[in-house]
Amino acid sequence: MATQFIVHDKKDTVGVIVVENVKAGAALEGWLMEGDGTVRLKALKPIPLGHKIALVDLKKGDTVIKYGHDIGKIVADAKKGDHVHVHNMKTKRW
Amino acid sequence: MAKAPAIIKKRSRNVGKLPFMGYRRENGRVGIRNHVIILPLDDLSNSAAEAVANNIKGTLALPHAYGRLQFGEDLALHFRTLIGTGCNANVAAVVVIGIEPGWTGRVVEGIAKTGKPVQGFAIEGNGDLKTIEKASRVAQQFVMWATEKQREQCTIEELWVSTKCGESDTTSGLASCPTVGNLIDKIDPMGATTCFGETSELTGAEKEMVKRAMDKKVADKFMTVFNAYQDMINRHKTSDLSESQPTKGNIAGGLTTIEEKAFGNFQKIGHKTKYVDVLGPAELPKKGAGLYFMDTSSAAAECVTLQAAAGFVVHLFPTGQGNVIGNPIEPVIKLTANPKTAREMPEHIDLDVSGILRREMDLDEAGDRLIDVMIRVCNGRYTCAEALGHREFVMTKLYPSA
Repeated sequence: MATQFIVHDKKDTVGVIVVENVKAGAALEGWLMEGDGTVRLKALKPIPLGHKIALVDLKKGDTVIKYGHDIGKIVADAKKGDHVHVHNMKTKRW
Repeated sequence: MAKAPAIIKKRSRNVGKLPFMGYRRENGRVGIRNHVIILPLDDLSNSAAEAVANNIKGTLALPHAYGRLQFGEDLALHFRTLIGTGCNANVAAVVVIGIEPGWTGRVVEGIAKTGKPVQGFAIEGNGDLKTIEKASRVAQQFVMWATEKQREQCTIEELWVSTKCGESDTTSGLASCPTVGNLIDKIDPMGATTCFGETSELTGAEKEMVKRAMDKKVADKFMTVFNAYQDMINRHKTSDLSESQPTKGNIAGGLTTIEEKAFGNFQKIGHKTKYVDVLGPAELPKKGAGLYFMDTSSAAAECVTLQAAAGFVVHLFPTGQGNVIGNPIEPVIKLTANPKTAREMPEHIDLDVSGILRREMDLDEAGDRLIDVMIRVCNGRYTCAEALGHREFVMTKLYPSA
């Protein structure tokens, strides 16, 4: 199966959708770049190209990890397979 | 889009010394273009400068918005940017036009140090029409002289390369920025001089930036510049920087926070290369070959204008959603890893690396393809932005005028 999402680092809690037209309920295969692994996941929502998918259940207040680093916080719960973006995540800075 | 010739694959693990055909200037610096520019000192002189460029074919006017009643560091930056633009090795000769002779003369003197032909004209006491006539006669001589210049073989040690990304999305951090990083890691040991910037766009990745400085002194210099920029943002921000940093385009492309954007941006300097110094805006590198960080805004045209004014002659610009920027004197090479952008905006994309996301191409191969496109542009091939006439020349303003 083609790669539908990519994960930078083993520690990451989100991945990036790299194909167009991912629909709710789609079974996805992901490429874990660190160590060249494979991750499988079901999309709970339609997720556009370039947008993030939760790899684990994320609770309000949780730190989001991508590139193995802190990239912000969850402001509304997101389940594994959910779309993660400005509606449920925010910067810790500005 | 540029297709890499088959030969690239064969030499992919050994790119050698990367010769290219450039213009060697009077001061020894190497350019890849041969512009004769008509440079206005101030906003008032744009009309005359554009009239001269209209009269004399092959010249290029660089109109801009500023130059009046500036003071202190803001005025110093104005002069540094204009003089640096004139000094850039992509420029063969310069006509400067200003409203009055004093400051016009300062720009002329600054550019004359390179040894290239430069002459200034002031409008007060002459009017636009006489000024345009006199300046046009000189511009004609300059362009006829410059068009006789020949390219000669130059090496990568003589090449100054800048980079900045724009309208980034998550594909930028996954593939197009790492492609530039792969190129930097390859040409840095060959002795190239390279530059990245975007101070605010390292917010969240500043601790990693500190680790990439060549020593503690350079790291401290970075943190001083970084904190000053943060203070400025915090002074002026409202609730947050929503829709500006990240931009609307960034958000549409899936980037949610400045921290996420920063780690993507940071991929442009590769994994091995350390930066040797921190430059002020438009400041000339002084520590020889190596990677430099420049304190710049993250707005594309402002940043590239400052890098060109510091002497960089070719620019690498990863984009996600499709920023269309160009620069009048420094060719801007665009690459994208977003397959939708590559498909929908092909006239803006010099190199498509979306194959990385489909695992059809690895980063090492993408880096080699970018080197190939860069060398071809250095040899004279137009970038997409040049062919489309993108000439965004934007001066950085530090604070209001007096």
